[in-house]
Amino acid sequence: MNQLATKYKDEISRIMAKYPPEYRRSAVMPLLYLAQREMGYLTDEAMQEIAEITEMGVTEVASIVGFYTLFHDQPGGKYRMQVCTDLPCALRGADRFLEELCQNLGIQPGETTPDGLLQIEEVKCLAACHRAPMYQVQSPEGLTFYEHQTVESALEVIAGLRASEQGKGGQA
Amino acid sequence: MVTIYIDGKPYQVDAGQNLLHICLSMGINLPYFCWHPAMGSVGACRQCAVKQFRDENDTRGRLVMACMTPAVEGLRISVQDPQAVEFRASIIEWLMENHPHDCPVCDEGGECHLQDMTVMTGHTYRHYRWKKRTFRNQNLGPFINHEMNRCIQCYRCVRFYRGFAGGRDFDAFSNHNTVYFGRKTDGVLESEFSGNLVEVCPTGVFTDKTFRKHYTRKWDLQTAPSVCVNCSLGCNTTPGERYGQLRRIRNRYNFNVNGYFLCDRGRYGYEFVNSDRRIRQARLRRNREAAFESVAPDEGLQRIKEIVKKSGRTIGIGSPRASLESNFALRTLVGPEHFFSGATVKDHELVTEAIKILRDIPSSMASLHEVETSDAALVLGEDVNNVAPMAAYALRQSVRCKPQAISQKLKISDWDDTAAREAVQDQKGPLYLATIADTRLDDMATRTFHASPQEIARLGFAVAHQISPTAPQPENLDSAALELSKMIAQDLKDAESPVVVSGCSLEEKSILYAAANVVQALRSIGKPARLFLTLPESNSLGLELLEPGSLNQAFAIAREDNVEAAIILENDLYRRSNPALLEAFFKSIPSVIVLDSLDNPTAQKADVLLPAATFAESDGTLVNNESRAQRYFQVFVPQDDIKESWVWLRAIGDALGQEEPGARKTFDGLIADMVKELPFLAPVQEISPASGFRIAGAKIPRQPHRYSGRTSMHANVSVHEPQPPQDPDSPLSFSMEGFLAEPPIEQPPASLIPEFWAPGWNSIQSLNKFQEEVSGPLIGGDPGKRIILPPDPEQAAYFDEIPEPFASRAGELLLAPLYAIYGSEELSIHTPGEAQLTPPLRLEINPRDAQQFNLTGETVLQVSVDSQVFELPLHISASIPEGTAGMICGLPEMPYVALPAWGKVTPKPVNSSTENPG
Ligand code: SF4
Ligand code: SF4
Ligand code: FES
Ligand code: FES
Repeated sequence: MNQLATKYKDEISRIMAKYPPEYRRSAVMPLLYLAQREMGYLTDEAMQEIAEITEMGVTEVASIVGFYTLFHDQPGGKYRMQVCTDLPCALRGADRFLEELCQNLGIQPGETTPDGLLQIEEVKCLAACHRAPMYQVQSPEGLTFYEHQTVESALEVIAGLRASEQGKGGQA
Repeated sequence: MVTIYIDGKPYQVDAGQNLLHICLSMGINLPYFCWHPAMGSVGACRQCAVKQFRDENDTRGRLVMACMTPAVEGLRISVQDPQAVEFRASIIEWLMENHPHDCPVCDEGGECHLQDMTVMTGHTYRHYRWKKRTFRNQNLGPFINHEMNRCIQCYRCVRFYRGFAGGRDFDAFSNHNTVYFGRKTDGVLESEFSGNLVEVCPTGVFTDKTFRKHYTRKWDLQTAPSVCVNCSLGCNTTPGERYGQLRRIRNRYNFNVNGYFLCDRGRYGYEFVNSDRRIRQARLRRNREAAFESVAPDEGLQRIKEIVKKSGRTIGIGSPRASLESNFALRTLVGPEHFFSGATVKDHELVTEAIKILRDIPSSMASLHEVETSDAALVLGEDVNNVAPMAAYALRQSVRCKPQAISQKLKISDWDDTAAREAVQDQKGPLYLATIADTRLDDMATRTFHASPQEIARLGFAVAHQISPTAPQPENLDSAALELSKMIAQDLKDAESPVVVSGCSLEEKSILYAAANVVQALRSIGKPARLFLTLPESNSLGLELLEPGSLNQAFAIAREDNVEAAIILENDLYRRSNPALLEAFFKSIPSVIVLDSLDNPTAQKADVLLPAATFAESDGTLVNNESRAQRYFQVFVPQDDIKESWVWLRAIGDALGQEEPGARKTFDGLIADMVKELPFLAPVQEISPASGFRIAGAKIPRQPHRYSGRTSMHANVSVHEPQPPQDPDSPLSFSMEGFLAEPPIEQPPASLIPEFWAPGWNSIQSLNKFQEEVSGPLIGGDPGKRIILPPDPEQAAYFDEIPEPFASRAGELLLAPLYAIYGSEELSIHTPGEAQLTPPLRLEINPRDAQQFNLTGETVLQVSVDSQVFELPLHISASIPEGTAGMICGLPEMPYVALPAWGKVTPKPVNSSTENPG
C-alpha cells in the first residue's frame, strides 16, 4: 500500500499541484507514467494506488490503461518494438515486414525474446504512414521512431540495443 | 413545428428533434445501434445514415447520421436513397465482422436487435472469412451472463451503466479490435440496475442468467401485462411462462412509472413463484398438535364451513402484498368491522397518515417520471436505493435537469448526449439527502445529512420554515442544521419543479409531516412542488384505503371478544409483529385459516391452509405509492389446487351460503361491488376494459403467433390436444388464437398488450411502434389511474408536531431501521441469486459509541430491545450517527422488532447460552 506515495512523495505532490484540487483525476496520466517508469508495467497495486490518489475508481484507471498502447498491464520485454500494421502501412508491406522479422527472431507478435530484451507488438497508426514499414521502440528512456524499415535494418537496430545493454551490463 | 421532407413526403415535426427519433416516431424503419430512446445520440455506430439534400434541386446529396441531425424547416432527406441503403448494409457487415454465427443457439436469438437490424438492412452475405477475435468472458454474478464475442462496440452498455445508472465497476477496456466491456476482474456487478444491460445491449453479450437456468425460446413464452410486487413503486413488467414455470421478467414500458428500466430486485425477484416452498395443496390438521394432511380443496372448504358456521365471529387479516380485490373480498366476507390491516401497527399508522396527507394537501404526488424531470430534490429519511430502487434511478437523472441550461445555452440539444455531458461536466443540480447513514446515491448529492429520525424530521421542518415563515419552526436546532436548512430552502425556491421525496421506512410520522410542510411552503410561494412518498409494500396503499383496523385491534378483539376463527390473507404475521404477541393471538383463536403461496411461520399455525396464487397466476389491482391503481393479469393458470385468493374467498362465501350479490361471482362483479361500496375507488374500474371486451369479436391471445408446440406440448400426458384453459376474468386468452395486433395501425389498449412485438421488431425496441412518439406515452394512454387526486388548492394547515431534539441516552442506543435491497423484502429473497447477495445480520454502530461501550471489531453483541434479546455481530460504521445504531430489518433470520426503539447493547458474555434468533 502506498508504495508510490512513499517513494515518490515529492514528485507526486509536484504532479498533483498542477491540477485544481477538485479535479484530482486529471493527474491520472502523469501518475500512470510515473508508475510504469518505476516497474516497467502497471501492476494492480499501482493502479489501485493511483485510483486512491486521484479519487477515481480502479475500474476507470484500468480502462485508461487499456485504451493507450503505451501503457501496459502485463510485464514484457525491456524494449517494446511497436510495429504499425494499420491499413496504410499494410499497403506498404508492413504485415510482411512484421512476419519476416518475427520469423528471424523466432517469436510471434506479442511475444518477448527469451532473454527478456525485446517484445514485438502490433499497433495502430503512428502517423508515419508514408514512411512505412515503420515502428517505434518504447524503452525506459522514452520513444524512438524508425521509418523506411526493412527486416535487415530492424535486425541492426535490435543488435544495437543488445550491444548497448551488454555494454551497460559490462560496466555494472 | 417545422415541415421536413422524407423521401419527398412532407411531415410536420418538432423543430430540433433528431431525425432518427422523428423517423421512428413516424413509423419509418431506420436501423440504429448506439442511439437508445432513453439515452440519446452519440453518433458512434454510423448505422442510421440517411441522405440529406440541400434543396429540391440537389440530386447528389450527402450522407448524414440521422441520430445526429436536427430537424430544421424545409430539411430534405431520403431514407431509401440507394447509396444510403448500401452504406447501411455495409456498416452492418463491418459490425458483424467479428460477430459469431451462432444465432440458432444464442440466448438473445428471437428478440435480438442485431438480428432485426441485419434483416432490415438486407445484408445477407458476409465477405469476411478470416479468424474472428475471441474474448474471455467474465462471471458477473448471479444475474447476468457475459458473452463478449457477440459485441458490436455500440457502447450502449457502458453509457447506461456508468452515465445513467451511476455504476463504477464496469467500463470499456482496451482499444481498436479488442475493445472489451466488463469489469476489471470477475465479480458481481455492483449496480442495482445492472439487469437493464440485458435490454440495453442490442446483442447477446449480456443476457439474463436466471432465465438461462430454465431457458425457453422467446417466442414460446406465454406473457401478460403485470406489475412488480417487490416494492411500492409498481413498475410495469412482462413476465413470461412456459410449462407452468415462470421463466423471466422483462421491463414493460410505462411513461409515467418506470419508463424503459427496472431494478434488479424487481427483474430477478420472480423465482419465488417456482419455489419448492410453494403451497400447492389444501392442508388440514385435526388439532394443533397433529401434523398437516393434504386434502382435496372441497374438503378444505367443508372444514372451513364447519368452523365458521359454529363461529360467533370470524375476523379477517388482510395483506399489503395481496391485491385490492382479494383484500376487498376478505373484507366483504368477514364484514368491514372485522377486517384488519395485516401491516405492522406502525406501517398501518404511517400509511393511513400518508393517505391523509395526500388527500388533504393541495400538492400533486410526483410520478417516477416527474421525479426524474424535477430540477431540485430533497430526500427526507428514505434510503431510496434499498427501499424503492427505481426512485434512486430517477433522482440520479434529476440532477442533470438543472445544468441542462448550460448546454442549452450553447445550443446543444438535450438528445445530443456526448456534447451535452461534455458541456455540463461535473455540474449537478441540487439534491439533498437526509438519511440515517450512507446511501448509494451520496455521490450525486449536493449535501448529505446523517442523523436520527427525529433530527431528519426537524431539518425538514426547518426547511419549510425557511421557505415560508408561517410554517412552524423547530426549536434549538443546531447551527449546522440551520445553515443547511437555509441552503436547501434556497435551492428549492430557485427551482422550477422541486420534489420532496420521503416515506415510511424510518417509521417516523413526523418525517412525513415535515415533508408535507416543505411542499406546502413551496406551494404557498407559488412553486409547483410535488411530493413523492415511498411506502412499505406493493399494495400498502390499496390495503389501507379499505380502512381496516390495526393488527393490535385484531389482537385485542381476539383476546376479549370470543373470536372463533381468523382468516389470514397472504401474510406472514411473524414479519409484522412481536412473536410473543402472536403466540398469544394464535392461542386465543380456536381456528386459523391461512391463504398463502409460500410456506412460512404463519402458514405453520394454520388449522386450514389454502394454496394461494402468486401475482403471476392472478388477476388483480395494486395501488402504488402515488395511488396509481394498476391491473396485472394472470400470466398462466395456476397448477395443482392453487387458486387466486379472491376465488378462494368467494368459494368460502358460497360454502357459507352468504347472501351475495350475484355479480360477485366474477372478477368484474367483485370490482363493481367494491366501487359501489367505496365510490372513491371508481378509477379501479376504468384502468382496463372489462372481461367482455373484444376486438373484432376476438379475445387477445397471451401466446405469440409464433408459439411452438401447441399440439404437442402435453403429448406426454395425452396425445389429444387439450382445450386451452378458459379465462372468464379478462379479455385475454390462454391461446395463440385471437386478435393479431398490427401496431401501430391496430392494437389492443395499452393495459391489455401481452407483450410488445411488431413485425420486423422482435427485440424490446419494438416499443417504438406502440408509443405516440419515441419515449412518449403509449398510444391510447399509459395504463393505470390515480385514485387520490389533489384536493382544491386552498392552503391546508401546516403540521406542527415537531419532535424534540434527539438526546442520546446513557447505556442505550436508538436502534434505527436500515434496509437491504436484497433481504429486507419478503418475496424476492426466494430467488437464489438475491438470497446470495443478502447481507449478513449485524448491528452498525458509530466508532465513538463503540469506544464508549468498549466494543471492538470482532465482538458479537447482545441487544435487548422490545423485550427481546438478539445476538448480532458488531459492525463499526462511521456514517451511523452517534447515539444510534442501525439494524437491517426484514432479514429472514430476524424476528420482527418495531423500530426505531431504544436498545441496550452489551458484548455477548462469554459462554452465554442465549440462542441466536431464527
Ligand atoms: S456489449 Fe452490447 S451494449 Fe456493450 S458495446 Fe457491445 S454490443 Fe454494445
Ligand atoms: S423499483 Fe420497486 S417496483 Fe420497480 S422494479 Fe424495483 S422493486 Fe419492482
Ligand atoms: S498507418 Fe501505420 S503509421 Fe499510419
Ligand atoms: S444510431 Fe446513429 S450513429 Fe449509431
